[in-house]
Amino acid sequence: MDLTTSYLNLTLRNPLVASAGPIAGTVAGVRRLADSGVAAVVLPSLFEEQIAAEEERDVRLGEAGSDSFAEALSYLPALDDHAGLRQYLSLVERAAAAVDVPVIASLNGASPGGWTTHAAALASAGAAAIELNIYYLPGDALASGREVEQRHLDILAAVRSAVTIPVAAKLGPYFSSAGEIAVRLDQAGADGLVLFNRFMQAGIDPEALTVSSRIQLSSPFEAGLPRSWIARLRGQVRASLAASTGVEDAADVAAYLLAGADVVMTTSSLLRHGPGHAEVLLDGLTGWLQRKGFTAVSQARGLLAASAAGSAPGYGRAGYLQAIQDATSAYGP
Amino acid sequence: MTRVTVDGNEAAVSAAYRLNEACCIYPITPSSPMAELADSWSAQGRPNVWGSVPAVIEMQSEGGAAGALHGALQGGALATTFTASQGLLLMIPNMYKIAGELTPAVFHVASRSLATQGLSIFGDHSDVMATRPAGFALLASATVQEAHDLAAVAQAATLTSRVPFVHFFDGFRTSHELNTIELLSDDDLRALVPEDLIRAHRARALSPEHPFIRGTAQNPDTYFQARETVNSFYSAVPAAVAAAMDMLAGRTGRPYGLVSYAGHPEADRVIVAMGSGSQTAAQTARFLAGHGDRVGVLRVRLYRPFPAGQFLAALPPTAARIAVLDRTKEPGSLGEPLFMDVLAVLAEAHAAGSLTAMPLVTGGRYGLSSKEFTPGMAAGVFAELARDKPRPRFTVGITDDITGTSLPYDSLLDIEPASTVRAVFFGLGSDGTVGANKNTIKILGADAGRHAQGYFVYDSRKSGSQTVSHLRFGPDPIEAPYLVAQASFVGVHQERLIERTEVLGRAAPGATVLLNTARPAEHVWDWLPREAQEQILHKQLVLFAVDATAVARDAGLGGRINTVLQTCFFAIAGVLPQDEAIAAIKDSIARTYARRGADVVARNHAAVDAALAGLHRVEVPGRVTATRGVPAAVPDSAPDFVRTVTAAMLAGHGDDLPVSALPADGTYPSGTTRYEKRNISDEVASWDPDLCIQCGNCSFVCPHSVIRSKFYDAAALAGAPDGFASAPLTARGLPESKYTLQVYVEDCTGCGLCVEACPVSAPGDPRRHAINLTAREPLLAVQRDSIAFFEALAVNDRPRVDFGTVRGAQFLQPLFEFSGACAGCGETPYLKLLSQLFGDRLMVANATGCSSIYGGNLPTTPWTTDAAGRGPAWSNSLFEDNAEFGLGFRITADLHLRLARGRLAELADRVGPDLVAEILSAPQRTESEFAAQRGRVATLMGRLDQLDAADPVVADLRSVLDHLVRRSVWLVGGDGWAYDIGAGGLDHVLASGRDVNVLVLDTEVYSNTGGQASKATPLGAVAKFAAAGKKVPKKDLALQAIAYGNVYVARVAMGADPQQTLRAMREAEAYDGPSLVIAYSHCIAHGIEKDGVTLRNGMDQQYRAVASGYWPLMRYDPVLRAAGENPFLLDSPRPRIPLAAYTGQELRYRILARTDPAEAERLAGLAQHEVRQRWATYEEMAARGPERFPAGAGGSS
Repeated sequence: MDLTTSYLNLTLRNPLVASAGPIAGTVAGVRRLADSGVAAVVLPSLFEEQIAAEEERDVRLGEAGSDSFAEALSYLPALDDHAGLRQYLSLVERAAAAVDVPVIASLNGASPGGWTTHAAALASAGAAAIELNIYYLPGDALASGREVEQRHLDILAAVRSAVTIPVAAKLGPYFSSAGEIAVRLDQAGADGLVLFNRFMQAGIDPEALTVSSRIQLSSPFEAGLPRSWIARLRGQVRASLAASTGVEDAADVAAYLLAGADVVMTTSSLLRHGPGHAEVLLDGLTGWLQRKGFTAVSQARGLLAASAAGSAPGYGRAGYLQAIQDATSAYGP
Repeated sequence: MTRVTVDGNEAAVSAAYRLNEACCIYPITPSSPMAELADSWSAQGRPNVWGSVPAVIEMQSEGGAAGALHGALQGGALATTFTASQGLLLMIPNMYKIAGELTPAVFHVASRSLATQGLSIFGDHSDVMATRPAGFALLASATVQEAHDLAAVAQAATLTSRVPFVHFFDGFRTSHELNTIELLSDDDLRALVPEDLIRAHRARALSPEHPFIRGTAQNPDTYFQARETVNSFYSAVPAAVAAAMDMLAGRTGRPYGLVSYAGHPEADRVIVAMGSGSQTAAQTARFLAGHGDRVGVLRVRLYRPFPAGQFLAALPPTAARIAVLDRTKEPGSLGEPLFMDVLAVLAEAHAAGSLTAMPLVTGGRYGLSSKEFTPGMAAGVFAELARDKPRPRFTVGITDDITGTSLPYDSLLDIEPASTVRAVFFGLGSDGTVGANKNTIKILGADAGRHAQGYFVYDSRKSGSQTVSHLRFGPDPIEAPYLVAQASFVGVHQERLIERTEVLGRAAPGATVLLNTARPAEHVWDWLPREAQEQILHKQLVLFAVDATAVARDAGLGGRINTVLQTCFFAIAGVLPQDEAIAAIKDSIARTYARRGADVVARNHAAVDAALAGLHRVEVPGRVTATRGVPAAVPDSAPDFVRTVTAAMLAGHGDDLPVSALPADGTYPSGTTRYEKRNISDEVASWDPDLCIQCGNCSFVCPHSVIRSKFYDAAALAGAPDGFASAPLTARGLPESKYTLQVYVEDCTGCGLCVEACPVSAPGDPRRHAINLTAREPLLAVQRDSIAFFEALAVNDRPRVDFGTVRGAQFLQPLFEFSGACAGCGETPYLKLLSQLFGDRLMVANATGCSSIYGGNLPTTPWTTDAAGRGPAWSNSLFEDNAEFGLGFRITADLHLRLARGRLAELADRVGPDLVAEILSAPQRTESEFAAQRGRVATLMGRLDQLDAADPVVADLRSVLDHLVRRSVWLVGGDGWAYDIGAGGLDHVLASGRDVNVLVLDTEVYSNTGGQASKATPLGAVAKFAAAGKKVPKKDLALQAIAYGNVYVARVAMGADPQQTLRAMREAEAYDGPSLVIAYSHCIAHGIEKDGVTLRNGMDQQYRAVASGYWPLMRYDPVLRAAGENPFLLDSPRPRIPLAAYTGQELRYRILARTDPAEAERLAGLAQHEVRQRWATYEEMAARGPERFPAGAGGSS
C-alpha cells in the first residue's frame, strides 16, 4: 500500500503526524513516536512569553537569598543567559538528528520581534518546517474581527520573510468566516493550514471554588468542524491541509482523508493509548484502504471533499436541511 | 594585561586553576568560592595553561580531600586544594606526609579562626599557625593582587624546591574584598612554572614501569637521620620564592620580596606583621613618617621557612623598639608565633655579633575573627612603643579590662588620600543593596583611570539580615583593608536602619546622606530620632530622601529598589559627572538585564529617570526637633545579661564590649531570641477564629514558632484586652473551654507556609483561609497586648495533651523559637517539634551547619526554656564529630544514671525504701509517667535536704539526681554531616546500640555554605560542586541503617504526612536503642517559590516528593521484629505522579535542562527508573516475613 504523502512540500511516508504535545517534549519521546510509525513530529510549542517568564522566575530563584549571609552569598550555581530558548533549540536539534522523519517546530510568539527571531533560530536549529501556533485567547471583548485576522496575516508574513523552510499556520475555528481567513493565509504564503487549534477554555470546580486551566483531550465528536472546513477548503487553497482534533481510531483518519486532508494529526489518542497507538492507526488505515480497493492513500484523499462530484450538497444548505429532517424523525414526537 | 575587579578568592583560584591538573575540594567558609569557581570552570571545560581541563573532585571531608590530593600528587599530577579553619586542621595528617615526601603542592587557604569558646567563620591566622610543624612553606598574601600573584609564585617555588606550600590570605578581609587587579596572562604563568619542573615532578611519581616503595615504616635506627635529609631542601626555599618573585616582577613590574619594609628609612620604632594587617600598618607608617615620625613596618610574606637573613637585612639598623603583631592566639605560650620567631632571629643575631644592639621586642595580638585593624590601631602600637615601658605583651582593637593587655588608640585617625571617594550603604539582604554595589564597583572599576574596592558585611541571620557595603573609588590603587569609617556618602536603603547609631557614625563631616523613605521630604526631619538629628547637625550632613519603593513599584520593578537607589548614588555622590554616571548605569542595565527581555530593560531605564525625578533634598533646620529617641534593642524586662551584653551586640556595639562582659567558657543563656522583636516582614499571619477548625496544621509547619495555641477555661478570658481572639474549643468533653491561636506578629517572617497548610477556606472566597497574611503594621498595637495576655494564660498541662496527633501537638510549648533561619525554612519545623515533644529533658548535639548557626549564632539563641526553667541543653562541637559528641552525652547520662541509682539504693533506708523502689522501677515513656517521676524526684530532694549535706553519698546523689528523669539525647545535623563528613562516626554510633536519637535534616546539599552537593544530593539535580548535574543517586541512608537490624529508622516528610512524622519522632525517642530519623527538609537551595514567594510551596514540594515515590515514607521498628512481625512499614502509597511533576517545580533540577538539555533528559530518565526500582525494593521489603530481617533486635544500653 502506498501511503506516501506530501505535506508542506515535504515527502512523508504516510499521512499520520504527531501534533504538538507533551510526548515530543523529550528526544526519547520523539524517537518513540517515530518508531511507532508517524510520518512527522510537531514539537511542543515554544511559547515566547513563557520562556521569558520562566527566565524571569529562574533568575529570581537563582538570586533568592543571595548577598545576604556571609557563608552563602548564593545558593545555586550561576545561571546562563537565554537558557530557556537554548533548551528548546537543543530539543529541535537533537530530535532532528535522532529520527529520520521531519521534525516540525511549533512557535507561539508574544512580541512583534519574537516571532521572527525565534523562527529564524528554530530554522537554524534544524526544524524541517515551522508551525505557527497563533493562539489567540478569547477574552478581549473590544478586539475587532478584522484586527484579529490582520494579526494572523502579519505574523505569517513576518515569519515567512524570516525563514526559507516551509511555514504552516495553525488557527482556531472562531472567525466570522473561517474559510476566508484560511484563503487569505494561503494567499499570504502559508505552506500549510492546520485546522484547528483547540482553545483552552477555563473550567470551574464548583466544589473547590477554583478555576482550572486543564486542557481536555479531544474526542471524535469534535472532529466534525475541522473536517467540514477541510472538505470546503480542499481545492480552494494551494497550501497543504492538516486535520487536527478528534482522532481516536483509523476510521477518524480515513474520514479526514476523504474530506481532503493531506495529513491527519493526533496527540490525544497517543496520550490516551501511548505512542504505540500510531501503529494501530496506520494498520487500521492500511486495512481500510485495502478493503475499499485503494492501492494508494492519494486515491482516497479528497474523495468526499465539497468540491468533489456529488459531495457538495452534504456540506451545504441541503445537508443542513437533511440533518434537521433526520433529527426530527429520530428525536421528534 | 587584563584589568579586572575580583575578590581575593577569585584572584587566587584564577592562578591556581590555570596551574593545576586536579583540585580536591570540600566546602568551608570562607574558601568555598575558590572551589566553586574551579568546579564551574571545569564543568565548562575551561583548560589550564597547558591545555588540559583540570579534574575537580569533591570529597567527603577535608581529610578526604587531603588524602585524595596526596594520592594525586603521588601519581604525578599537579594538584591543589582550597580550604580554611577546621578544614585545614583535618588536612594536617596528610600535610606531614606530603611534606615528608617532598611533594610539590600548594594549598590555598582563606585563613580563618578556629572553633574554640565559639565558632567563627571570620578571618585570622589561627588555622595556618596550627600547621607550622607540618613542614609546609607558608606564604602570606596581604591584598587581592597579592593573592593572585603569590598563588603563582607559590606554585613555581613548590616545583622548584619540592617543599609544599600553604598560600594564605585573610579570610573575608582579602578573600571577599573586591578590588581592581591586573591578571597574570597564561604566558606569564607558563614562564613562571616551566614545564621541565612539571616533568621532573611526574618522573618522581609512582609507576609500575619503574617501581619503588614510598611510605615505609621506619625504626629507631634510621627514622631520625631520614628526617634530617630534607634540611637542604628547606634551606633552598627562600631563594626559590625570591627567584619566582623576581621573575614576576620582571614581567609585571610588581615587586614583592620575602619581607619588605615601608616607612621611615631610619625608623626607631618598627611593627612586624603579616597579612592584610601589614598593609594597614605599612600605610599608617608611611603617613606618620610623612609627618616626621621615625616609624616603619616590616611586612613578612614568606613565614616558613623563616627568612632570617632577609629579615635582618630589611630591618633598619636604627630600629630600637619592635612590636610584632600576631593575628592568632596561643594561650599559655610565651608569645604568639611570629613574635617568638622575630625574637629568636634578633637574639641569635645579637648573640652572634651581627646585630650590635638588641632591640626591645614586644608582642601583640590583633584582628582575631576579622576584628577591625585600623590605621588608628597601628598608630596606637607605635605610640605604645614610644612609652617608657611598653607593655611586653598586648592586644589592640579590644578593651581588655581584666588583664589589661589592650592598648589605647585613636579611632578617628584618617590617613586616606582626599582623592579617594568613600561610601557606605546600609540595606537588607533581600533588597539587593549588595548586588547593586557590586555592580557599581564593576562599572566604576572598569575605567582605566579608576580603582575600586568593595567590602560587604552581613549579619548572621538568614532571614531579614542587614548588610553594610563599604566602597572606595580613587585614581590610585586602593590599599585600605579596613572598613570605611569616614564616608562622604551614606546610603540608608531601609528607613528604620537610620536608628542604628553606626549608620550616621560612619559619615564624615559634610557627607551626603541618602535615605529611602516613604515619607515626603518635608516630613523626614521631624520623623528622625533625636540621635540621628544630633549627628546630622553636628556633622553638617546633607540629607536627601527618595521613595525608592514607590519609584520601583511605579516603574513595574516590584520590590526591587536597587536600581533606583544606585541611580541616586550616581546622581549625588560625585564619583562621576551626573550625565556620564547616568549613561553608565543605563548601559550596565542594558547589559545586565538583556537576557530578561527588552521590557525589563525598559522598565529599569524608566526607573532610572523616575529616580532622579523623585530625589529630594531634605531641609535641615538649625536645631533638634525630635520628640523621640532610638528605641531600646531589648525590653527593660529582659535579664541583666541580655540588657547589657546581648543588647549591645544587637545594637551593633558588640565591638565595644570589654573582655569582662563576656563569659570565659563560651556558655551563654538560652532563650534570647524572644527579646529581639525583629519585625522583618511587612505581612504576617493573622488568625480567623470563625473559620478555624483548630486542626493544628499551621502551628505544626510554622518554621519560626510564631503560631501558638492554648485551650483554657472560658473564665480565664476575664480581663482579656480588646481584640484578643478566641473560639470555643472544638474538642469533645470540654464545653466550657476556649481556644486561642496566637500569632507572634513581631517574629513572623511572612513565609506563608501556614496559609498553604490551612485546610479550610472561606465560603465565597476560596483564597481566604483560617490563617492569612495581612499587613503587620495595623495589627501591632492590638497584637502586642494579645500576646502579653496569651503568655499569661497557663501552658496546657503536658499529661493532658494528646501527643499522638497533630491537633494535640499544637498545645505543646515550643522550646525552639524565632530563629534567624530563612523565612519558610524546611528544617526548623522538625526542631520545633523535637523541642515540643521532649524539650524539658532534651540534650542536643548539633553538627555545624545551618542548624548550628540559626541555633547558636550570637547575638541571640532560639533554644529556650519552659515556665519551670527546663529546656533543651544544646551544644555544638564540630562538623565531623557530632555523632560521637552526642554519644558522649549518652555515655555520661548512662553512667550518672547508674551512679544515681546506686547511691539511691545505698540511701534507701534513710530516704524511704518505698520511694526508692518507685523511683528505680518507674516506667518513663508517657508524659504522665514523666510527671510522676519528677514528683518523686522532688520528694526525694526534700528528704535529702533532711540528711547531712556533708555526707559524701548524699552529696554524690545530689550531683547526679537529675538523671533519674530519663534524658532524651538527640544528635542533630544536616546531610553534609550525616551522609559525608560525619558518616563514619554516625555509622559507628548507630552500631553502638546505645540509646541515641539521630535527626538528619536532609536538604540534600550543604545549605549553610551555599548549596554544595553532598551524597544526599539527588541524581539529576544541579548543585555547587555538581554544576554538571549529580550523576549518581542519593545514598539510601535508611537502608544502610536498617542493615544493622537493631536501629529504629524512619524517613519522614512533614509536608506529606505530619502524622507519620509525629509518630516516627515519638517511636524513635521511645525506642531503647539507636534511632535514625531522616527528615525531608525543603531549602532555599532547591529554588522553589509560589506566587513569587521563595519556599512558600515547601510543604507542597514535600508532598510531591512523596507522591512521586522519590521520598517513600517508611519506618523500620526493631520492636516489631522482636514481637515477630515485619518491622518494615511502608507509610506512603504507591507513586501516583511522575517524578517530573515533583522535580519540574525546582530550579535545582531545571538548571541542568537549561545548560545541558540532553544530559538533563538522560538523568531524568535514570532518576525516574531509580525511583521505580527503589519503590519495588521497599514494597518487597514491606511484604516480607519477619524472619527475613535480622533478629536480636533491641537496644543494648
